Amino acid sequence: MKFLEEKIVKALMYLSTALVAAWVVSILWTILSKGWGSMSWEMVSQLPGGGFYIGKEGGFLNAIVGSLYIVGASAVLGLLVSVPVVFYLNVYLRRSSKLGYAARLACDVLFGIPSIVYGAFGFALMVALGMRASLGGGIVVVTLLIIPIFIRSMDEAARGFPREILDTAYSLGATRLQTIGVVLRQIAPGIATATLLSIGRAIGDAAGVMFTAGYTDSIPTSLSQPAATLPLAVFFQLSSPIAEVQNRAYAAAAVLTLIVLVLSVGGRLIMNRFSKNKLQ
Amino acid sequence: MVDGRILKDRAAGGVMRILTITAVLVVVVMAAGLVIKSMPLLESRPLGGLLFSSEWKPLRGEFGFLPFLAGTLWVTAIAIILALPVSLLTAIYLTEYAKPRVRKYVFPMLDILAGLPSVIYGVWGVLLIVPFTGYTLLAGGIVLGVMILPLLVSLLVEIFSTVPDALSEASTSLGATRWQGIKRVVLRKTFPGIVASVVLAVSRALGETIAVLMVCGNLPRVPQSLTDAGYPLPALIANNYGEMLSLPLYEAALMFAALILFTVILLFNVTSRVILYRVEKKFAL
Amino acid sequence: MTRTFRPDNKFPRSADTTQMKIEGLDVHIGASAILKNVNLVIPDKQITCVIGPSGCGKSTLLRSMNRLIDSTEGARIEGRILIGDEDIVHSGEHITELRRRIGLVSQKPSPLPMSIFENVAYGCQIHGIRNRRKLRLVVRHYLEAVGLWDEVAERLHTPASRLSIGQQQRLCLARSLAVEPQFILADEATSALDPIASRNVEELFVRLKNDYSIIMVTHTLRQARRIADHVVFMYLGEVVEAGPAVQVFDDPQHELTKKYLSGAFS
Repeated sequence: MKFLEEKIVKALMYLSTALVAAWVVSILWTILSKGWGSMSWEMVSQLPGGGFYIGKEGGFLNAIVGSLYIVGASAVLGLLVSVPVVFYLNVYLRRSSKLGYAARLACDVLFGIPSIVYGAFGFALMVALGMRASLGGGIVVVTLLIIPIFIRSMDEAARGFPREILDTAYSLGATRLQTIGVVLRQIAPGIATATLLSIGRAIGDAAGVMFTAGYTDSIPTSLSQPAATLPLAVFFQLSSPIAEVQNRAYAAAAVLTLIVLVLSVGGRLIMNRFSKNKLQ
Repeated sequence: MVDGRILKDRAAGGVMRILTITAVLVVVVMAAGLVIKSMPLLESRPLGGLLFSSEWKPLRGEFGFLPFLAGTLWVTAIAIILALPVSLLTAIYLTEYAKPRVRKYVFPMLDILAGLPSVIYGVWGVLLIVPFTGYTLLAGGIVLGVMILPLLVSLLVEIFSTVPDALSEASTSLGATRWQGIKRVVLRKTFPGIVASVVLAVSRALGETIAVLMVCGNLPRVPQSLTDAGYPLPALIANNYGEMLSLPLYEAALMFAALILFTVILLFNVTSRVILYRVEKKFAL
Repeated sequence: MTRTFRPDNKFPRSADTTQMKIEGLDVHIGASAILKNVNLVIPDKQITCVIGPSGCGKSTLLRSMNRLIDSTEGARIEGRILIGDEDIVHSGEHITELRRRIGLVSQKPSPLPMSIFENVAYGCQIHGIRNRRKLRLVVRHYLEAVGLWDEVAERLHTPASRLSIGQQQRLCLARSLAVEPQFILADEATSALDPIASRNVEELFVRLKNDYSIIMVTHTLRQARRIADHVVFMYLGEVVEAGPAVQVFDDPQHELTKKYLSGAFS
């Protein structure tokens, strides 16, 4: 009897895992094959002609460039904020620190807050400040969105940091601040993984930039102009009744998926290369 | 005598402390901002009426959130019902049964699933699910279920792997099968952690916007069955916000929608994280 | 090796104050007392070996001497540890300056995640020496001092972690010496090494005592007998007996010391 149960459960487990694998394949296959059919050089090298929603000509270069601007800027800003915080949490504060606990909890919680709430909050703030949907606004909101991811994943890397290294630096007379070089070197792979993770999240986020960055046919030339993004290029153009415009959406979806795939594989490679003692 | 190095150390410490405190304060500022912005609506309407009325006619000043609350609950419930069994079985398989070689392939797959943008799930849903279900709650629930699966699996795997092998082995050495050991020892010991993970996954599902918006139909009516169209809260905000600023009460209403999401998710997150910290601590070393 | 080498006069040494005095030192971690009223004089330019069974507080004593004990969760330290007229216990943030004068070699070699060259130069850079030429001189001098120069001269810029354990330990010693300390604290510095490497390091310490006061925690009595000038025997957080090696080993005054030396417990 108990062996029958074991067998059934085991079969179900195989089934579940196979199901997960099937989903991955199904999603990737659907998106990439559909996108591949609509893909052409114009798609990734031209701006949409005659308006992104109704124009049949051109591609979605505006969204590619817009996304790169937003993701690049917010990754840099995010690093600038989160590296000091992670350093402070792990070198200045003790393990038992209340502030440390509160900050880690806050980041975990902020990580869970949906991006639509960030977007709505950010936009309300921008309106209060007299700003309109713009590249700058999008950058700020996306930065806020990814800082918790940055902090928590780097913090995770810093947790495994060998304390003897800090002790060694101290014993040579280093101040806490002066250990930063050693700490950064030691957790460099962690920082790289965190950056890839954050970029992945940033580039795929639609709800956060929907109001704050807006959408446009052109490439922004200043922070105060609106900017198009890849996820919104998919979202808006898919809802168009015109087949050519829908094709642009499919191609954009494929590009977005490829970028995310590359980031994910890259992150894996870094992790595997540098953390040999970790099992997963 | 204080030399420059020490001054720098202190100054940098101060700056970093402020940054860290700011990170904590963001939560508070966000809450305050959302409350202030939804004040006009909250002051002019009773809370009960807002939450339990199904009349949504913004132009006539009627703001009943029931259709959206119901839509959110439906899709989330469907998603969890679909995702939980699969996640549990997969997580148990990965931690207790699978060979390292299998894990080497499955974990990256979960990574990919977790990393795919919401809008991609939306496209997939439109292309592959909607043809069978139409733009309905069911479509939203299925897409959402697949979306929260990787989160759920990775949380569960983390929890299960904190349980020392010796615990379940003790049970198998008494003649129980592997599964019985897992059922009796692992699942029981980690039950609070499992609940916390589910709560966390629920809160992720509650806030998902674009993918659900793309497949759900978005009609502001209280849904009666799985095959009705639904209109979850995040979709409401995404569809209308930014265009309705000329109607102050409408803006307040959308902010109130964001506030509801924020509050529920905040509560869910804080409780489940605190439970998860404890679970991790309990089994550490 | 001679003390006269000064690539830079950044760290002038006062020749006379390499004596350390410990007065009424108490260390608590949480609620438990780890060190109880320790009073000691560490003699100048000699090797002082601290012996005693594990858990007797030897390492804590060492970690108090450069106040690395600060980074232990819940540690409280009272009393005085004097070098010259400076009190380590009450030096506040000034400890970062004092630590320069107290080198540490830990049980497990702890190369920093950088190249061999950078490891030795690191301490100097912390204390403000940036000139590459000077740094090269310093690095060479101290690698020679620990007998590592000939082995690594060709690969100064490869990661330190690629050296053998014995080489790493000598590198760590060179790194400590490069900031011109007066004291060297060694916490079972040879216990992770194979016998030959261990002998190498031991001989190094004997040579270095001409210039440094060396305080060594050791688990092996034989090692203490070989190199100690002065011996401190600790038990349960207290100093039971301290004195010249000859006296403590050959004519222990205390019953516990006799038992420990005869191998009755360890």
